Amino acid sequence: MSATPSIVSTLSPTQSAGDPIRAKLSEVDESMRNAAILFLASAVLWLMAGTVFALIAAIKMTNPSFLGDHEWLTFGRIRTAHLNAMIYGWGNNAIFAIAPWLMGRLARTRIRHISILYTAGIFWNIGVTIGIFGILRGDMIGVEWLEMPAYITPLIAISYGLIGVWVIIAFRWRQSGHVYVTQWYLLAAFFWLPWLYTVAQIMLVFEPASGVVQSLTNWWFAHNVLGLWLTPAAVGAAYYFIPKVLGRPIHSYYLSVVGFWSLALFYNWAGVHHLIGGPVPAWVISAGTVASVMMVIPVIVTAINHHLTVVGLHNEGWRSPTIRFVVFGAINYTLASLFGSAMALRSVNEVTHFTHFTVGHAHHGVYAFFTMIMFGSIYYMMPRLVKREWPSAFLIQVHWWMCSLGIVLMVFALQVGGWIQGLQLNAIDEDGTVKYTFMEVVRNTVPWLWIRSISGFMIMIGHIAFAINVFWMLLPVSKSSSKSGPTLLTKETAES
Amino acid sequence: MKSLPLLFLGIFATLAFSWVGIILTNHIQMRELLPATPELVDAEGNPIAGPTYPDPNSRRQLFGRNAPDENAYPQQLPGAAKRGKLVYEQMGCLYCHSQQVRREGFGSDFERGWGDRQSVARDYILQERVMLGTMRTGPDLANVGLRYSELWQHQHLYNPQITSPGSTMPPYAFLYEVRRISENRGPHPDAIEIPSAFHPGEGYEVVPTQRARDLVAYLMNLRQDYELPEMKFSE
Ligand code: HEC
Repeated sequence: MSATPSIVSTLSPTQSAGDPIRAKLSEVDESMRNAAILFLASAVLWLMAGTVFALIAAIKMTNPSFLGDHEWLTFGRIRTAHLNAMIYGWGNNAIFAIAPWLMGRLARTRIRHISILYTAGIFWNIGVTIGIFGILRGDMIGVEWLEMPAYITPLIAISYGLIGVWVIIAFRWRQSGHVYVTQWYLLAAFFWLPWLYTVAQIMLVFEPASGVVQSLTNWWFAHNVLGLWLTPAAVGAAYYFIPKVLGRPIHSYYLSVVGFWSLALFYNWAGVHHLIGGPVPAWVISAGTVASVMMVIPVIVTAINHHLTVVGLHNEGWRSPTIRFVVFGAINYTLASLFGSAMALRSVNEVTHFTHFTVGHAHHGVYAFFTMIMFGSIYYMMPRLVKREWPSAFLIQVHWWMCSLGIVLMVFALQVGGWIQGLQLNAIDEDGTVKYTFMEVVRNTVPWLWIRSISGFMIMIGHIAFAINVFWMLLPVSKSSSKSGPTLLTKETAES
Repeated sequence: MKSLPLLFLGIFATLAFSWVGIILTNHIQMRELLPATPELVDAEGNPIAGPTYPDPNSRRQLFGRNAPDENAYPQQLPGAAKRGKLVYEQMGCLYCHSQQVRREGFGSDFERGWGDRQSVARDYILQERVMLGTMRTGPDLANVGLRYSELWQHQHLYNPQITSPGSTMPPYAFLYEVRRISENRGPHPDAIEIPSAFHPGEGYEVVPTQRARDLVAYLMNLRQDYELPEMKFSE
C-alpha cells in the first residue's frame, strides 16, 4: 500500500482509510454544511434582490414615470436585472446547494475539499453581483438570458466548473450500487449547462454568428437553461423528496426512464418556438414545433409518476411544508408544460406570441414549478444541515399562502390579459383595417398589469417571511430556543 | 439504469443533436447569404426571377449574381446609427419592441403598417447584434424609420406622453439636457420643440445629448424598404 495518496484518491469522498463504505447520511449532511449554507443564504439574498427589481419593473409597466429619471433603473435594465438575479442568483445558488447534497446523499458519499466548493461559491456570487451591476450600469448584452457583460464570463465559468465538478465527483465515487433517477437528472443537468453556456458565449458574445443564427442560438440557449438545467434539477429534486417524505416508493421505475429520455431528446429542440413567424428557416420552426408538442410525453409520464405517488397521502402531504411546495411545483410542471406545448402550435402562437401571455408562461415555469420545488427542498434540507428545526410555522404558512396564491394570481392575470391583448392585436375588420389601435390595446392591458403588480406584492410578502425564517434559523441565538421534532403545518390527526 | 456509458452517451448525444440541427446547419447555410440586388442575373447577365435559376447543362439550381450597377441590400448602417444601436441595446428597448415583420395573414403586422413585406434572414446578415425581440408591448420597429420625423422621435423619447398620451413606454429624459437658454448665444440650434404642457419652463430648453442623437439616427435607419430576390413587396 502506498503511503502517499494520489491526487485522484484524495478527491475520493470515501477515501479515508478503513471507513466502512456506508457513510451515513448525516455525515454527508455534515460534510456539505458550510458550503450549502453559503449557497442557501446567497440564494435567499438574491431572491430578495430579484423580488425588489421585479416589483419596480412591474410598477413601471403601469406607471412608466415611476423612478423614470434614473437611467440605472430604466425598465429595460431593471427588468433584466430581475431576470438575471432570479436565474443566476437565486436559481443557480439554490441548485448549487441542493444538487451536490442530493448527489452526496444518494451516492452515500461525503463531499471532500469543501473549501474549494465554498470558495467557488463566493466567486460565483461575486461574478453575478458584478454582472447585475454591469446590467444596471448599461454594459448589458442584448441577448435574452445572457445579458451579463462579457467581463464576468471567465469568473462565472470557472466558478461554475469548480462547483459542478463536485456533483460529478460525488457520483463517480458513489457507494451505493443503485443509481436513482434523481442522479440521472442532476448528472445530465450539470453536464448540459456548461455546454450550453460555452456555445452561447462563443457564438453570441465573443465571435458572434451571422444574422439570425444569433437568434437561433439565443433561443436554443435560453430555453434550454430552463429545460435542461432548471427543469432537471427541480424534477430530480421532486423525485427525491416526494417518496422520501411520504415514505412510499416512486410509482414506476419504467416511467421514470421514459420520462428522462424523452425530455432529453425533445426539450432541446423546443426553444425555437420563440421564433415562430420570424425570419428563420421554416423547417427549423417546424422541428421546434414538433419537439414542443412531443414534450407532452415526458410531461405526462413524469406527472403520472409524481402524482400517483402522492395519491391517497394528501393529509400527510399537506402537513409537510416540503411536500406542499414540491407537489405544488410538480402540478405546475405538468400544467406549464402542457401550456407550453400548446403555445408552440402556430394558431395558438399567433395569439400569444409577443404578448404578456408569454411572460405569464415564463413565471408559470420558473416560479410556480421550479422555485416552489426549491422552496420545498430547502424546507427539508435546512433542518438537517443546521440540526435545528424551523423557528416559525407561522412564517412558513405566510410564505406558503402568499406565494402560492400570489403566483396563481400572477399567471392568471398575465395569461388572461395577454390572451386578450393577442386577440385585440390581431383583430381585423372586414375592410382590412385593425379593430383596435395599438394605443387601445396598450391601455387595455393596464388593468391586468395592475393585478400582476398586486400579485407580485403578495409574493414579496411571502419571500420576506421565508427570508426571516431562514436567517432566524441560521442565527446562533436561536439554538437555545430550538424545538425538537419537525415543524408541521397542521396537527397530526388521530388516525395517522 | 444499468449502463452508465450509455447514460453518458445519451446525455451527450441528445444535446449534440439539437446543436447540430438548430445551430450548426444554419450557421453553415447562412454564411452563403450576402447582400443582394432586388433582381439577380444569370451567368449571361439575363435577369432571373428569384434567388436561383436552373443550370441549362445539369439539373442543379445555380445561385444568381447581383445585377451590375444596382445597389445590393441590406446596407451597412451609418456610423451614428451604429452607435445608436448600442444605446438601443443598453437601454433594453428590446424587451418591449420586436424588429421583424411576419408574413401577411399571420397576425396583423401588415394591417398595422409595420412593413410592406415579410422580414427575411438576409435582412439581418450585416448586423453585429440581431435583436428580433420577443415582446410587442410596443409596436414592431423593423420599419419605424419610415414612419416618423426626427422631431417626433425626440419628443417621444423625451416623454412618450407628448406624442402618445397613455403610453406605457418609459421616458428617456435622461438622454436630454434641460438647460437655461444662453443669454449671449440664444437658443441652442439642436434644441427640440416641446409642447407647453411638458415644457421645463420659460427660459429653458431641451437639448438632445450625443446618445439621444445617435439613438434617433438609429431609429431613422430602421427600414426594410428594399426588395430582395426572395422577397418582394406585397401590393
Ligand atoms: C416598457 C416597454 C417599452 C420600452 C422599454 C420601450 N418602449 Fe417604445 N413603445 C412602447 C409602447 C407601449 C409604445 C406605443 C405607444 C407609444 O407610441 O408610446 C411604444 C412606441 C415606440 C415607438 C413608436 C412606434 C410606432 O410605430 O408608433 C418608438 C419609435 C419606440 N417606442 C422606440 C423605443 C426605443 C428607442 C426604446 C428604448 C430606448 C423603447 N421604445 C423602449 C413601450 C416601450
